Amino acid sequence: MTEEAARPSPDALLKQAGEEGRGRLKVFLGAAPGVGKTYEMLSEARQRRVDAGDVVIGVVETHGRVETDVLTKGFEVIPKKRVLYKGRVLAEMDLDAILQRKPKLVLVDELAHTNAPGSRHPKRYLDVEELLANGIDVYTTLNVQHLESLNDVVAQITRVRVRETVPDSILDRADDVELVDLTPEDLLQRMKEGKVYFPEAAERAAQHFFVPGNLAALRELALRRTAQRVDAQMVDYMRAHAIQGPWEAGERVLVCIDAYAGSAALVRYARRLADKLRASWAAVYVETSNAVGLSDDERDRIAEALRVAGRLGGEAVTVPAANLADGILSYAQSNNFTQIVVSKAQRSRVSEFFRRSATLEIIRRSGNITVHVVPAQLSRAMKGPALRLPVFDRRALDTTAYAGSLGMVAIALLLGLTLRQVHITNVALVFLTAVLASGVVYGLWPSLAACLASALAYNFFFLPPYYTFTIADPENVVALFFFAIVAVVASNLTARVRAQGVIARERAKATEDLYLFARKLAGVFTLDDLLWAASFQFAQMLELRVVILLPEGESVAVRAGYPPEDVLDQDEVAAAKWVWERGAPAGRGADTLPGGKWLFLPMRTGRGTVGVVGLDSDKPGMLLTPDQRRLFDALADQAALAIERVNLAQDIDRNRLNAETERLRSALLTSISHDLRTPLASILGSASSLKTYDATLDDKAKQELLGSILEEAERLNRFIANLLDMTRLESGAIAPNLELIDLSDVVGSALRRASKVLALHNVELALAPGLPMLKLDPVLFEQALFNLLDNAAKYSSRESKVIVTATTVGGRVQLSVSDSGSGIPPDDVERIFDKFYRVQSSDHKRAGTGLGLAISRGFVEAMGGTLNASNRSDGPGAVFTITLPVPEATAIGEQAA
Amino acid sequence: MTAALRVLVIDDEPAIRHFLRTSLAAQSYSVLEAENGETGLAMLHRNAIDVLVLDLGLPGMDGLAVLKALRDGGSSVPVIVLSSRDDEKGKVMALDLGADDYVTKPFGMEELLARIRAAVRHRLQQEGEKPVFKGGDLTLDLVHRLVTVRGHEVKLTPREYDLLRLLVAHAGKVLTHKFILREVWGTETDVQYLRIYIRTLRQKIEANPEQPVLIQTEQGVGYRLRAAD
Repeated sequence: MTEEAARPSPDALLKQAGEEGRGRLKVFLGAAPGVGKTYEMLSEARQRRVDAGDVVIGVVETHGRVETDVLTKGFEVIPKKRVLYKGRVLAEMDLDAILQRKPKLVLVDELAHTNAPGSRHPKRYLDVEELLANGIDVYTTLNVQHLESLNDVVAQITRVRVRETVPDSILDRADDVELVDLTPEDLLQRMKEGKVYFPEAAERAAQHFFVPGNLAALRELALRRTAQRVDAQMVDYMRAHAIQGPWEAGERVLVCIDAYAGSAALVRYARRLADKLRASWAAVYVETSNAVGLSDDERDRIAEALRVAGRLGGEAVTVPAANLADGILSYAQSNNFTQIVVSKAQRSRVSEFFRRSATLEIIRRSGNITVHVVPAQLSRAMKGPALRLPVFDRRALDTTAYAGSLGMVAIALLLGLTLRQVHITNVALVFLTAVLASGVVYGLWPSLAACLASALAYNFFFLPPYYTFTIADPENVVALFFFAIVAVVASNLTARVRAQGVIARERAKATEDLYLFARKLAGVFTLDDLLWAASFQFAQMLELRVVILLPEGESVAVRAGYPPEDVLDQDEVAAAKWVWERGAPAGRGADTLPGGKWLFLPMRTGRGTVGVVGLDSDKPGMLLTPDQRRLFDALADQAALAIERVNLAQDIDRNRLNAETERLRSALLTSISHDLRTPLASILGSASSLKTYDATLDDKAKQELLGSILEEAERLNRFIANLLDMTRLESGAIAPNLELIDLSDVVGSALRRASKVLALHNVELALAPGLPMLKLDPVLFEQALFNLLDNAAKYSSRESKVIVTATTVGGRVQLSVSDSGSGIPPDDVERIFDKFYRVQSSDHKRAGTGLGLAISRGFVEAMGGTLNASNRSDGPGAVFTITLPVPEATAIGEQAA
Repeated sequence: MTAALRVLVIDDEPAIRHFLRTSLAAQSYSVLEAENGETGLAMLHRNAIDVLVLDLGLPGMDGLAVLKALRDGGSSVPVIVLSSRDDEKGKVMALDLGADDYVTKPFGMEELLARIRAAVRHRLQQEGEKPVFKGGDLTLDLVHRLVTVRGHEVKLTPREYDLLRLLVAHAGKVLTHKFILREVWGTETDVQYLRIYIRTLRQKIEANPEQPVLIQTEQGVGYRLRAAD
């Protein structure tokens, strides 16, 4: 073997990795009560306590056995919780107390126990799951008859059906399974000695249960189940460690379930088969046109069988198809199933008369897939009708439909009688038309009634001797017989067409709704709109109250709901949080917290849970029928994807913003390092020259060096001032202190401040007379204007003109600063206001900070004005225009002027 | 002047103190230094100080507190405040608390010396005010209430005259809006009126009212009349 082939299997490693951080589960498995599981568990825990410490008793039932009682001494016992149920106080394991105590190991007796109604989980094994998930090790005990997959077998052996079952998956996932074994003889002996405890009510059942044959069979089951597990462990170990071995080819088992009562048993059979083959398995329900006529009981049975499959660790799938055989075979082939399990009687004899048996069809077309045909009455203990009538429409009981059908027959009869007047006696087709019509309008059962009525009427009125039900002519007997057959077939066919039409319409409606929903979601870009649309749609299509919860900090919070006023109390939010964390349903009708008012379901995408939907209705009973559940899943999937899309879009925006910030930051760093260092270099250089070469420098040189120190220091000062202004702008710290200002006053002071930078330019000032007073922050405005003047000086040559004008234009004042430089490159007209953007210029070496214009614009906008740049129309040069609104009450200014 | 004027510099920055000491000494001022408000106040008590140069941003007891303690103690020593840029509020508060003037950091020595001179001159004038002010184009004869610009007489309303008279009395010093309003109008509200009067006054006395040289605006603080020649 090459090394390549000996690599550990990724699946096996993943399985191992997934189990890290979980608590370890050890199951003490016994064949029957009384074999000493609890005793064994306590002895071993005692051993472990000596080794590692921190072991507590969650729940241990000693049933007063002295040996066992003694063993519990010295252990810390978590007190049980009292639960009041129907006036009785029940003591249950206190899950929260254990979670809070967080011991290393907790002992939990009787894994299959059913909790009192109102507990967090209906079953104790779910409590154990939660303990394990919280990293607490658990020792527990279990009798083999409580295992779900062995339930039927045990029931067959012992004739006692155990109601409390535990999914096999929990035993599969247990880290250790210890078989507590006792020979049947010893066990019977112990029983005689009174060492086996039964609740009083079970006394009689126990008499039947504890017979040597049963005990031997149960013992064998327990041994076999343990051996199977040991085998599986070994295989996992060998796979994880890349030990070569004779692996079976990848067998896959598919079990076909339907509305028959035996489906759940069939699923258990498939699970046992898959176990033996070490194969993965799935249960499939093929939804054909019959689905529309299923009764609620039948739907429940299908849903139950699918749930059983899920609990037993199989995949549960529903596929739509034209007929059973097509659906199963195409699903099996496209998913590489190697074995199919079907029940022997998939069709009643009546329907087999018309249709080929689906089982035969599957066998015929199965190719190289092995087909297991299992007797339908696998489990006699299961209740349910043995014989199934053809699609039993609820309309069968609808009297108006029958009346309508009979009315049609009556019309046919009248027509026939009329025709007889004109000596046309062959009116069978007229009746057939009535049968077909009632099939189309009312469905199968009313049309069958029409068949019967037609046959009788035809016989009575049209077959001699007339007006009797006797038929004289044998030829007519044959005719009536065939008429009846044709009528039945025709009504069956039309009813099917009609049913398909109904399904198609319902499908089309659901598809249409889903499509519209998807389209609606696609057009929504904010999370709030999206959540609102989704909750509205859920509420409308399911006719329930709906809330949507999204994660918020540590917990989840209601973000949308329909009707919108719904609020959740603390417990309900806690349940929703649980759903968010586990990705599994909780609340009304679910496995967890089934007593809640709301049902919470996760919204999932491939990347995980994105939110939680809460459903509630004032009507009692199941919140969602299986059909609605499927519809909900489809809707929730769409909504989850849309939420993920919006979240992703936000992430992308955030990233883009980050990138932009990053770009600015690096520009800032470049700018700072350049703009701070350059003047500093000149200052340091000049100053050190002055100090070092004082004696040798002549006065002119000294003056030059001093001048450059001053000039560069001022440049540095301006740059830092700009940086500070920019920082103030960006941090939103600019709060303009608006006052009514005389514009010429601010222009004057700005020009005075700029007198140094504009010393070599010719400044022209043209302020229109009678300018109104403006609401400005004088300090900010002076700075904004100074920056424009500074910019004009930088980008135009010496001795050129810088013109400042102000005019009133349509209720606004425009102040512009024009220079006579080379103007702004057309592409840069807006970009010059970007931070750190400097127009690339070849002839002008006076680089600015790249901040001045951005600051000007920021300040002007903070005062409610605008600042724009363009090129002069009357010659070369740029013009910057500040436009300011004229405040309403400036009368005072006008008067004084 | 017989003896050298004694300047106390209160600033926590050694570099600033060092540069002021060197430059002021070169201008024949005698310089004392304190690095915080408490020490500075103690030195003011012990020594006869002619001018105080006070940094507003001192650690511990800040400049405004020093100024308040000083004025509350009855001292009328001229005070020049060193303030940072963007701190118009601080400047106005200092002036209203009785500072004579301010310079904004970073500042040139020229500017500081001009402020010091104006402040000292004002103290001396208070004792014996000159009857005629001459500054640039403007002449104001206080005895005859006569205002002339480049030799031409200018007619002023009584309020305008009072305003100009106040500016002339503090020529070279910045006056806050509040101070001017209180002195001329007797109220501290309605900066609006002040702005309008300044505008009309400029139109009467400035050669180019849009680029005024006599009455200068210190944005966010107040107005300053150029110093006398």
